[in-house]
Amino acid sequence: MSRKVILCRCEDVTLADVEHAVAAGYVELEEVKRYTGFGTGPCQGKECLREIALALARAAGRAPKELAPFTTRPPLVPTELGLLAGRGAPARRRGGKAVGQGKAR
Amino acid sequence: MARASKPAGADLADVDLADVDIAIVGAGVMGLALAYNLALLGQTRVVVLDAHHLAWGASGRNGGGVRQQWSTELNIRLMQESIELCAGFARELGINVWMRRGGYLFLARTAATRARLEKNVALQNRCDVPTRLVTPAEARKLVPELDVEGLVAACYNPTDGIVFPWPFLWGYARAAAARGVAIHTGTAVTAIERAPGDARWVLRTAKGAVRAARVVCAAGAWSPEVARLAGVALPDWPARHEILSTEPLKPFLKPMVSVLESGLYFSQSLRGEIVGGISMPEAPGAPPRSASSSLTSSLGFLQTMARALTDVMPILGSVKVVRQWAGPYDMSPDADPIVGEAPGAPGFYVCCGFEGHGFMMAPVVARHYARMLAGETPHALFGAWRADRFAAPGRGPRGGERESMIIG
Repeated sequence: MSRKVILCRCEDVTLADVEHAVAAGYVELEEVKRYTGFGTGPCQGKECLREIALALARAAGRAPKELAPFTTRPPLVPTELGLLAGRGAPARRRGGKAVGQGKAR
Repeated sequence: MARASKPAGADLADVDLADVDIAIVGAGVMGLALAYNLALLGQTRVVVLDAHHLAWGASGRNGGGVRQQWSTELNIRLMQESIELCAGFARELGINVWMRRGGYLFLARTAATRARLEKNVALQNRCDVPTRLVTPAEARKLVPELDVEGLVAACYNPTDGIVFPWPFLWGYARAAAARGVAIHTGTAVTAIERAPGDARWVLRTAKGAVRAARVVCAAGAWSPEVARLAGVALPDWPARHEILSTEPLKPFLKPMVSVLESGLYFSQSLRGEIVGGISMPEAPGAPPRSASSSLTSSLGFLQTMARALTDVMPILGSVKVVRQWAGPYDMSPDADPIVGEAPGAPGFYVCCGFEGHGFMMAPVVARHYARMLAGETPHALFGAWRADRFAAPGRGPRGGERESMIIG
């Protein structure tokens, strides 16, 4: 069952993945982020951090308040390299979406 | 899966590690690979101590490049051996390290860099590394998305590659732990003293003390701080570097690409992200802004990186950065690592100063380090990179050529 519960939608991290990480000895959010890849996709944890933290707390038998969130990293939202380079709007767009796999925001 | 890294919160005294043969400070790739290699040689009275979690430091923050394109023979030979170890890692340690051998393509914008590359390629070829000089047009055949304007030459070795760094840490930790090595993360070493009345060392932590016949400091850019606890002055220093990752794209970029003049490097991981960094310019006359192990991120890096990246590959202008982070290079006065017993501190060993390529060197260096500690005839690296070369009167750093292929 836990293999079908998706907690991180960007990276397809399931409840089973979190339980697996705990079984391997990784019980901090920073560790579970690295072991499962949760929070490394377009949302950078904004959608999944709470769900993963609760699942981790349950699996590891820890109180949620003991868990520190992982370090938030810039940029605040996915940002085109062309904009950061000061070249204005992205050069190539198709149907309003930037080339690539990410969701336009 | 076996519990890999941490009996979380376990007291050191409880797990019978108060007395060991070798205490390794630093659970980065170097320390964990060393622990694993010691265990392979039957040496399991080993403890690894780290203040943070696995992959917290530079081992978890680097770009994952593994290459044989160096300017000194020792580095070329070691990396030939290390890449073969990386290629066998998944089989040997049962964990996927996402290795992809798409080669490394170095780009040169000046005649001086071209001359340097010519010399390097000749040396690499003598060592049987199949690097070749290529024209800008040929570089564009290898990577059609490149803007080759302003390039004068390039060199390409198809047998270099990239790995995903984190699984190396889990793999080494799990395999070492399965053989009896104790790995304590979240366990900062706060003092290192001589045991009263004997030649052993005592390492103090908040969770208890460890007594060790020998200590190995493998704390990367934090090594000078650790060594200072034992009264050992190391000459290496941290240099802050930044790196970013984009959203994932369909696989299109085969080699790691690097522009030598700017220190730009980037590759496409097996997850599809473009991952890369660049040398940041220093303000003239100011103390090096990068001389710090600070892990904060800067907008200046994002801008510098974005300009350089979209100059050489304009199509990336529409690709989004999702994350940036920082990690220190561990710089050495003569660009060579610092290994072996520290001068004036019998039983205190160091393994640091790897100048940003410690990750790719760790598999091979740790193998030879373990053999040296086990009493085997030391590999040539222990002569070339000996720790006492800075301290011994009248000796000084070796007179050989300085490694010039330090990137980023």
